[in-house]
Amino acid sequence: MSIEEKQQEVIEEFAFFDDWMQKYEHIIELGKELPLIDAASKDEDHLIKGCQSRVWLNAERSDDGNVIFTADSDAIITKGMIALMVRVLSGQRPEDIANADLHFVKEIGLHEHLSPTRSNGLVSMIKQMKFYGVAFQGTKQ
Amino acid sequence: MTGTETTYNVDRVRAQFPILNQEVHGRPLVYFDNAASSQKPTAVIEALREYYNHYHSNIHRGVHHLAQLATSAYEETRTKVKAHLNASAREEIIFTYGTTDGINLIAQSWGRKNITAGDLILISALEHHSNMVPWQIIAEEKGAQIKVIPLNDAGELDQEAYAELLQDEPKLVAFNHVSNALGTVNPAKAMTAAAKQTGATVVIDGAQAIPHLQVDVQDLDCDFYAFSGHKAYGPTGVGILYGKREVLEAMPPWRGGGEMISSVSYERSTYNDLPYKFEAGTPNIADGIALGVALDWMNGIGISAIAQHEHELTTYATEQMQAIDGMRFIGTAKEKAGVISFLVGDIHPYDLGTLLDQMGVAVRTGHHCTEPLMNRLGIPGTIRVSFGAYNTKHEIDRYIVALEQGVRMLS
Ligand SMILES: Cc1ncc(COP(=O)(O)O)c(C=O)c1O
Repeated sequence: MSIEEKQQEVIEEFAFFDDWMQKYEHIIELGKELPLIDAASKDEDHLIKGCQSRVWLNAERSDDGNVIFTADSDAIITKGMIALMVRVLSGQRPEDIANADLHFVKEIGLHEHLSPTRSNGLVSMIKQMKFYGVAFQGTKQ
Repeated sequence: MTGTETTYNVDRVRAQFPILNQEVHGRPLVYFDNAASSQKPTAVIEALREYYNHYHSNIHRGVHHLAQLATSAYEETRTKVKAHLNASAREEIIFTYGTTDGINLIAQSWGRKNITAGDLILISALEHHSNMVPWQIIAEEKGAQIKVIPLNDAGELDQEAYAELLQDEPKLVAFNHVSNALGTVNPAKAMTAAAKQTGATVVIDGAQAIPHLQVDVQDLDCDFYAFSGHKAYGPTGVGILYGKREVLEAMPPWRGGGEMISSVSYERSTYNDLPYKFEAGTPNIADGIALGVALDWMNGIGISAIAQHEHELTTYATEQMQAIDGMRFIGTAKEKAGVISFLVGDIHPYDLGTLLDQMGVAVRTGHHCTEPLMNRLGIPGTIRVSFGAYNTKHEIDRYIVALEQGVRMLS
């Protein structure tokens, strides 16, 4: 599935919720389900320090050269948001990641989580994901 | 509303704050982030409007009518602050941009002149970064040392440890009157007296005290006392630094420019007298005037009446919060003002803060600009609710429902 198709999938998934509570319960659930980042990657080198919550991000190449992201956070809502980002961007080609327009966040009504004033590490994480996309472009693994 | 609230008419107070009358995420706003900044009564908002509509002008230098009106309104605030703090002279009241600015002024002027290599600066474990970083900058520059007055488990400063630290004869002792993170009220008068005995200069960060306590700088006998307007129903961008006249007089200017000089040649200048020596450039005139209005507003209700009201709210909220499973109060000092800091189980403060916001309740989460304090307590941060003159028990009821809901969702 392309990044765009994944975004559409998320948008449809969130269309079922008719109040904020269901939406946040789902985010919390996604946060709990996010596969744990391996302990070796949960270090200073992978840390993105938000003022409010901390985020760890790791990127690897798969055999076909696509980028595999794993990530974690100490806050569960941040982690749920991370799960969405990972779902949309992980396994994609570096150039697609670098150029991705993540419009789904706005469409599911959670864009306030990407406001810099929240300082939860998410904005920096997305920047970092795209940076990996750029850095991996034209390289083989 | 029950009991003593009949004497304190919170509805009448509340009606003066137009901002409170709104919905956030479809719920009525409950504003419990007063320690970060309080809202403004119409009297303050009107003073700003009145100033810009009718008598804005640059102050001090003008012979014309508007300049005189603006100057006298601005200087009137200085007189009001002098009275409010019970300073002994108007010259001891310096306009700043806020607490942070005032403390930097002390560090850069008094500190640069008086701190030398090997000197000791004593700060408390409760300090806001604003009363920490300016001292670190000057300590690094001069090769001075910083030591920290430790806490006990209730979040009170350990007075025995303080007495011991004083034996090392610090040049400067800096602490807050009220802690923003935990609400602890420090025994400022006794701490100042003890520091004075060893000859130390004393700086008190009053940012969190001015909205809740009647402060008397002569009684405290501190050398400096700094606060911000915006935490005490006044505007942002203006604050006050009180300094003892003889201490201020011996200090060199910090910022150079207009207003702070008495004569200038291309080679050198002679500096203006107090307080203008420390007020370079066109000041924040409008907000300075409105700060005086805010103090009048607080005094009109009475600080002790406000404090009593807030105490009732704190007690009421604490009682109900106790019933929540896993509730951990952070900071249980005997003397507290207007703040409840807490954690629930292992729920991350950010998560709870986010859900409370969805339910219209504004709280603060995180380290509250007191990172070393949070490290000392072994926690990443807290959730903090803080009350002001306009908050009600009804709002607390709504907050408790939201809190229970949030905890349920995150457990
Ligand atoms: C205890 C304390 N000191 C200093 C400050 C800094 O105040 P300002 O940002 O207005 O300069 C604050 C504000 O959060 C505070 O609570």
